[in-house]
Amino acid sequence: MATIKELSKREDLLSGGHRLCAGCGASIAVRQVLLGANAPVVAGSATGCLEVSTTAFPFTAWKTPFIHNAFENAAATISGVEAAYQALKRKGKIDKDVKFVAFGGDGGTYDIGLQSLSGAMERGHDMVYVCYDNEAYMNTGIQRSGATPFGAATTTSPAGKVRAGKPQQRKDLTQVIAAHNIPYVAQASVSHWKDLIEKAEKAFAVEGPAFLNVLAPCPRGWRIKSDETIEIAKIAVQTGFWPLYEVEDGEWKLNFKPKELKPIVDFLKPQGRFAHLFKPGNEHLLEEYQEQVNKNWAQLKKRCGVE
Amino acid sequence: MAKAATKLNAPAKKPKVKAITVAMTGNAGCALAMKQINPDVVAAYPITPQTTIVEEFATYVANGAVDTEYVNVESEHSAMSACIGASAAGARVMTTTSSQGLALMWEELSIASAMRLPIVMHNVNRALSGPINIHCDHSDSMGARDMGWVQMFGETAQEAYDNTIIAIRVAEHEKVLLPVMIMHDGFITSHAIDRFDVLEDDVVKKFVGEYEPKQALLNIDDPKTFGPFAMPAYYFEQRRQLREALDGAKDIVLKVSKEYGKLTGRSYGLFEEYRLDDAHIAIVVMGSTAGTAKYVVDQARAKGIKVGLLKLRLFRPFPAAEIAEALSHLKAVAVMDRADSIGALGGPVYMEVKAALYNSKKRPHVQGYVYGLGGRDTGPDQIETVIDDLKKIARGTEAPREQVTFLGVKG
Repeated sequence: MATIKELSKREDLLSGGHRLCAGCGASIAVRQVLLGANAPVVAGSATGCLEVSTTAFPFTAWKTPFIHNAFENAAATISGVEAAYQALKRKGKIDKDVKFVAFGGDGGTYDIGLQSLSGAMERGHDMVYVCYDNEAYMNTGIQRSGATPFGAATTTSPAGKVRAGKPQQRKDLTQVIAAHNIPYVAQASVSHWKDLIEKAEKAFAVEGPAFLNVLAPCPRGWRIKSDETIEIAKIAVQTGFWPLYEVEDGEWKLNFKPKELKPIVDFLKPQGRFAHLFKPGNEHLLEEYQEQVNKNWAQLKKRCGVE
Repeated sequence: MAKAATKLNAPAKKPKVKAITVAMTGNAGCALAMKQINPDVVAAYPITPQTTIVEEFATYVANGAVDTEYVNVESEHSAMSACIGASAAGARVMTTTSSQGLALMWEELSIASAMRLPIVMHNVNRALSGPINIHCDHSDSMGARDMGWVQMFGETAQEAYDNTIIAIRVAEHEKVLLPVMIMHDGFITSHAIDRFDVLEDDVVKKFVGEYEPKQALLNIDDPKTFGPFAMPAYYFEQRRQLREALDGAKDIVLKVSKEYGKLTGRSYGLFEEYRLDDAHIAIVVMGSTAGTAKYVVDQARAKGIKVGLLKLRLFRPFPAAEIAEALSHLKAVAVMDRADSIGALGGPVYMEVKAALYNSKKRPHVQGYVYGLGGRDTGPDQIETVIDDLKKIARGTEAPREQVTFLGVKG
């Protein structure tokens, strides 16, 4: 792991001046991940906030080669770039070592892009896929996705008289990708920069595919202030809502082990998207929430061999 | 444009290079051409009736006959997505599909052309679902006709092979830089064993040359952003540039085909004119049915009927002026479409040919036919009825029908 002093000397490959919102977790995730590449890198992105806000023609915020294709195919697109690299290197047309990374939001990763991602991971391309998970389709105005957590109000899972936000649990995508038995899979958060950059370094260093699922809060969608992004991401980790762990060559490792988890209400309460859960009569939902977090945490600890 | 320049299959000249006569299927011929081109990347997914191309090519890969990076994607959407990534990266890229596969790629087709990526793809023509059907018609490629791709149709295995090699040079020409879709008829051409001539590997290698893109993602020291977001202030101009490039591809198709003709003795134009010069009536058709139609034309000629044929090779860009010139002297023309444009005036080729003739001072009556959907056999008898119709229209004893006529349909 590079020291913070060394990291400060590395060039930022995503420049300032892009059009992402103040406090957006996506750009923080992207910049931290790219710091971990420490080599020439070709980046790609799925359609979404990141892409529209960084590439409005005739401007670009990318200081490294970048490609956007469509919504559901960032993984397939970068797998094609990587295939071209392998071919041209074999034919002696390229002599440099180049890294490849695809970014997608949770909509482009958990939902519409899952097939493309699964295929690219299975084929074993030497690439990193990074999901900046802000837990809903934020670019189109906060619609629920497969990553939206239980109880969150979105514009397509609003809280109403008979519904308390999203009725389903989110899918556990990190474990889905871990089941592909690729060299490296990790879950990280923008709040834990050292952990995230270390994971990015590992992901870029392994030969073959790697996957990072990075919690990247969206102040607009989560109904928090723009200076609360890092704080809420930290609480997500401390409450066990978003555990930090990695799966390296099949070995599961918990990277953050508090003696005791903070109660889940510490994570839910500050966010407007969960406000309805705190109305009288919804106490059972908060209890259900805590039970679910406890269950998931216990299962993960077991997989990681932690007592 | 000189009329002669547009003519397809001009009398064979002596080839400058050795011809190797083979007997193989159209698909095997396409796979052989791909082997000889030796693209940097092939990303493809199996679908009937194209599958034997990817299977044959996989065998070339397995035996080290090519040094292509062969990406076995999990869908046609990912096939075209990976081709776009690879082509933007600076690689020479090919793929192949049919029917539902092309339909699944639809979103990516317009991105490939808008990004000006010279990807070459076989689309082995097969009917679109539903009902699901694996046999030939042109509805798949016709659904992609507004996607900004060059589209070339072949009649025979020979043409499928030749078009594959020509397509590389057309796609990568600096005035074009567009993807090219090459069609041949599913099962009829793809799976039937045909006798045709192929080139030696090094002749193909020399003809296609090295691909040296000016812009590439892998030019790591000169970072560029590919596929940016364009709002109303920029989108429109970009689309106009795309049209200009595709319109311009017509001349490049002719130029490359002429060069190929000098080399091989097989000359191709935008279309083939068969017994058309002194004809009074004619049939316009694409694909393998042209072979049957030529036979029927010969039979009718033997009976003194002045009938000719125009076989379209290049459908996109549509050679409207050249077609109008080639057909304007006729009294009646039948356009046979192996696809319907449901709810429109008639089949796609019919509409284009009719529109192309509209501003001509002299123009024939035009009647539209839809034939062979879902692989329905189209024999000489159906084409004979077309000639009978044309004779009546030419004599003025019958007015051309406004509605499209279905050939060989029951009930």
